[in-house]
This record gives sequence, C-alpha cells and structure tokens, in this order.
Amino acid sequence: MTSSQLLGITTFIYLFATLLFVYFLVFKADRAHHTAVAATVVAFLTQTAGIGLRWYESYDMGIGHAPLTNMYESVVFFSWTIALFYLVMEWKFRIRVLGLFALPFAFLAMAYASFATNISREITPLIPALQSNWLIAHVITCFVGYAAFTVAAGLGLMFFFKIAKPDTPQQGDHSTFVIPAADTIEDLIYKSMLFGFIWLSAGIITGAVWANSAWGTYWSWDPKETWSLITWFIYAITLHSRYTRGWRGKTMAWMAILGLISVIFTYYGVNFFLSGLHSYGSG
Amino acid sequence: MKNNNRVWDFFASVRLAIFTLCALALTSIIGTIIPQNKPGNWYVETYGAATAQFFQILDIPDMYGSWWFLLLLGLLSANLIICSIDRFPAAWRLINADQLAVAADRLRGMSFRENWSSAGPIQQNAAALSTALEKAGWRPTSRETGNGILIFSGKGAWSRLGVYVVHVSILIIFGGAIIGNFLGYKGTVMLPEKNSTDKVFASDTSEPIDLGFEVECDAFTVDFYPNGMPKEYQSVLIVKEQGKEVRRETIEVNKPMTHRGVTFYQSSYQAYQDFLVSIVVEPDRTGKVFTIPYQREMEWPEKQLRFGIVNAEGTGDRATRLKIWLKDGEQPASTFWLDNNQQTSIPSAGRSFTISAKQMYATGLQVAKDPGVWLVYLGCCLMLVGLYIAFFLSHQRIWILLEQEQGGASTNVLCAAASSKNKSGFTRTFTNLTDQLRGR
Repeated sequence: MTSSQLLGITTFIYLFATLLFVYFLVFKADRAHHTAVAATVVAFLTQTAGIGLRWYESYDMGIGHAPLTNMYESVVFFSWTIALFYLVMEWKFRIRVLGLFALPFAFLAMAYASFATNISREITPLIPALQSNWLIAHVITCFVGYAAFTVAAGLGLMFFFKIAKPDTPQQGDHSTFVIPAADTIEDLIYKSMLFGFIWLSAGIITGAVWANSAWGTYWSWDPKETWSLITWFIYAITLHSRYTRGWRGKTMAWMAILGLISVIFTYYGVNFFLSGLHSYGSG
Repeated sequence: MKNNNRVWDFFASVRLAIFTLCALALTSIIGTIIPQNKPGNWYVETYGAATAQFFQILDIPDMYGSWWFLLLLGLLSANLIICSIDRFPAAWRLINADQLAVAADRLRGMSFRENWSSAGPIQQNAAALSTALEKAGWRPTSRETGNGILIFSGKGAWSRLGVYVVHVSILIIFGGAIIGNFLGYKGTVMLPEKNSTDKVFASDTSEPIDLGFEVECDAFTVDFYPNGMPKEYQSVLIVKEQGKEVRRETIEVNKPMTHRGVTFYQSSYQAYQDFLVSIVVEPDRTGKVFTIPYQREMEWPEKQLRFGIVNAEGTGDRATRLKIWLKDGEQPASTFWLDNNQQTSIPSAGRSFTISAKQMYATGLQVAKDPGVWLVYLGCCLMLVGLYIAFFLSHQRIWILLEQEQGGASTNVLCAAASSKNKSGFTRTFTNLTDQLRGR
C-alpha cells in the first residue's frame, strides 16, 4: 500500500460521507447521521495514515521531510485540517447537519489533489530555504486558520439555507428541525472566525520569523504576504464591525464567504496569478 | 485629556478604523498586481508612457513605501492610540469597580438570574452560599446592604484589557519597523572564497555600506541531490577586527551568523571557472593555497613546482572531477584525475605532495542590521497573547442578594450574573453554578 493509494481511497470515502449527509437531510433518515460521521472518521483516519506514510516514504527515499512542502501536499493537509476541525465542532456543538456544509470542502480539496493535472504528486527534495523547522510551524498554523475559515464559510451557507426556509414546524419539515436556529449558526460563524483569526495571525507571524531567519527580512510585501495581510484585514474588519456596528446575520454570513474567497486566493490564486517568493508552493 | 470635540471623536471612532482597514486592504491589492521596484523604463515598456507617468506620480512602483500608504498606516496608528486612550479609562473603571455597590434593581434586570427561597436566616444562608461559591472556584466577597446581604464574585476582570494589548502590540510592531528602517540596513555582497570585505551594498540603492569590521569567506561548499538540485550550501566565514581573526562560523541557509548586530545570511552562490589548489609538501610540511584559472599554469618557485588544471568534468557550471598536471623540478610531469574537493598524495623524488583541488565559488550573502526586530517579535508575541485574552477570556460576574422573606424564617435568594463575552457559553456555566448553589 502506498500513500497515494491511501489518499486516493480517502477522496472516495469523503465523497461517500458527503453523500450520506445529503441522504440524512433529504430522506430524514436520522440513523444515516451516525453512519455519515463514522464514514468521516474512517476517511480522516485513512488520510492521517496516508500523510504519515508519505512522510515515511520520503525518509525511505533519503530526502525525509514533513509532507507539507508543495501544492499537492498542502491541499491534502488542508483537507485534513478541515475534516479535523469539523469533527471537533461536531463533537463539541452537536450540530448534526454541519457535516453537509463542511465535508464537501474536504472532499473537493482531496479531489483536486488527486485528479488535477497541473500539480505534481511526486515527493521531491527540499531546496535549502525550505529546510527549517519554521516550515512545519508556519504551515500548520496557517492551515488550522484556513480550516476554521472554511467551516465558517460553510456555516455561512448553512445560514442562507436556513433563512431561505423559514421555520414551519406544523408541516414537520425535517430540515428546519435539523438545522439550528439562525442565531446559533451566526454565533458559530463568529466563534469559528475568532478561532481562525488567531491562527492566521500566528501563521503570518511564524512566516515572518522564518523569512527573517532565512533572508533577514521579516516582511517584504511579496504578493503572498500582502494577500495574507489583506485576508487578515477582512476578518479584522468583520470582527470590529460585529462588535461596534452590530453586523449580524446576513452580513456576517456574507463576510464569512468573502473571507474564504480571500483565503483561497491567498493560498491558491497568488501562486498561479501572481509571482513572488512563494513560487515553490505552486508545483 | 478627553475632549468632547469632533476631531477627537473622529480619531477615536471605530468607523475610522473600519475605513482605514478597508482602504489598506483595497490599496494593498495594487502592489500585488503591479510588480514593485522595477527600473523606471520597465513600467514605460509594460504600461506605456502615460500610464507609467501616472504610476510615478502616485508612487505605484514602490507603493508600500509611498507617502499615501504610509499616511494610511499613520492614520491607523493615530486611530489605535486615540481610541485606546478614549476607551481605556472606562475599561479600567469596570475592572476596579466596587461591584458590591450595585443597586438591587440592576440585579433584577440582568438577563442571567435565578430566584429561589431557602430555609433559615440570612446569615446562615450567606455563609453556606459563600462556601459553595468557593468550592465552585469563585472567590466571594460580601457586604451587608440595607435589608440583606450582597455576595459578589468575579473572574477574569483583566480580560477587558485584551483588546488594548492587541492594539498596543500593533503599535509596537510599527515602532520596531520604524527603528529598523531608520537605524538599520539591508545589503548584499558576493564574496569569492579566500576574499574579504569590509563593505556591503545596499539592496535598494547599491550604495556601499561600511560594516565596521572585515568578513572573509574562508570556504564555500555546496551539496547536490542526485537529481542535481542544490541540497545545502554553506560558507565558513571569518570575522576580523583590525586584521585579527575574532570569530569563525559556518553559516547555511536558515542558519545565519550575527556579529555586532549585523547578521549574515547565506542566500546564493556563484561558481567560478577558477580553482583553489592546496598543496602540502612532505616531509617539511609546508603548505600553500593557490587560486588558479582553468587551464593556466601556476608556479611555486620556492618548491620548484609547476602545476595546473588541464581538464574538468561536470554538469552545468559545476565541476565534479578535475584533471591535474604536476611537474616537480626536472622530474617527468604527472597527470591524474581527482574528484572535486578531494585530496590525494603524489610521491616524487625524495618528497611527496598532498594535493587537493576544488572549484572556486563566491558566496552570496544577504547582510542585515535591524535593531528593531526584537520589538517586532515582542509585538508579535503580545498580539497572540492579546488576541487570546480578547477572544477567549471573559469578565464573568456573579452577585447573590439575600433578603429576609416577609413574615417568615426563610431567605429569598437572587442570583444574577453577567459575562462580557460569549453569552451563549456562559449560559451553561450559570445553570451549573446555580444548580450547585441550590444543592441540586
């Protein structure tokens, strides 16, 4: 069994789990929920094994390094953090429909990693600039933040889904019972954003410290750095506005989605549309 | 200090903060799309003369250092300072407020409250509730009011300062950046092996900068992966003060060396067509290092030696194997292959030579002096601590008001509470606590 096989299987289990969540909501099949969560856990464990095996394989090749160094590896890790963040939320807040809005992102990331033709899936040796323990700290902090923002955006979608179908308990519409109240969703969006914001800050800071130890400049306004700061500004604006200007409900849900677009551009778009120091992350 | 004038209110407003953050976010995009710090005519060629001139007026080619971008950052700083000065006193008063002076009516209007009746006189109930609070991790204080007893306990009052810690941390980072900008420099230097320099060249203007000491590249080595990618490169640097070696250190990418506040970073290298040949003559053990160009003859007259690199094998500009020609006096010349940076022993009439040869490199160094960096790092640490406090800790307050019930021996207990943040999370804390207090 190779790591790419394990990660390929992971992709399909995420798809299966996502479909189970759809089935659960559409057919009001409460028991499907347990199966869906169980499938997610299986996918997550398979993925963990796949990432671990890839790490091991790199040492077997004599170029050992944590599997966090190119686009393929980072997308896999992104998917992994989304699944982890979702599972923690599921366990902590018991929102049964959350999987439907969070897992598709984990699946899409894995599907992109597994099938995209413009990225390399090879384990490649590290150029000297990447050989640093700051690499691991930087990537992990950034992606924990990204995962939280992804789930926040998923909750934003859930919010719109909820307000599009106002409560009609008399008819016994399953989905309105399963989806929590709009206020609860909004509170969770806010909490996920706070959590993501602190990790994004840590990600930017670890990146700055690393840049300083590699090049002697902690901030050089390269496009990736600048976009991470733009993302940081977007969430800072949102958090301030909610606090003082009472942005609630729809605005928060929109900002969660806008924030994720900025995150995706920072993470992915910059590598393909703009050039800069992070160019090694594109292949 | 606090004026009720409009200018002050403008600078203290969150509206200004939101405007500045939006402006910074939007304008920052420009510099990620239009490449920065290219030579002037590059913009003319790429965007045309008229657009290039327009860019020049707005400092777009160096927009993050332009007057208007710095003005926005200045506006953000002014906003941070003034809004913090404006709001801090109120937060400070809340932290140090006498919570036992609260009016009973305010407690009755709080959203977290529970009312129950308990047998026994007030004093007895107050003692029991205080013990129960303490057991639950709250430190109670109490005071007799007009017709009863008020118990108070608070947690995390300091969390109200979290937001100010974050604001101050941003200002500290700015301060560090300004100090680094005015008192520090960034430079580069390409230093061939065995050469030394006391100057580097500014990254932006290429002006020479005096280091105040001398630095020499004693040796440079680079390792490659089997696929030809560089794996690691490192330089042995020697620092000399007044011509005397005071320090010798190996630097590599991600492992810089700092001397007297100046940090040397391994950043690049350049391969030469010259070679460093080191020869030790046995048995008298005299040695010397020569720098010789490719296919050029060199002489060591004191030892009647002539030698040269007559051939080399390698990939790209990197030599892996060298063919050396060596002639000892009137002896017949010998030629032999030697791997780059390896040594060998050549016997001759009555003596022998230990020879090693390697391709010569120049090490590319980034040189930075940044006396503000520790402030930046301090600001970063403070920011993370401040964000944690501001987001995840809250000021939680609990009051218990005990009053004698009319015409009875039992006590009326009113438990009220407030939390500065995360009200939904506090609901459970409050329910659990009142359950504990009521002995349920």
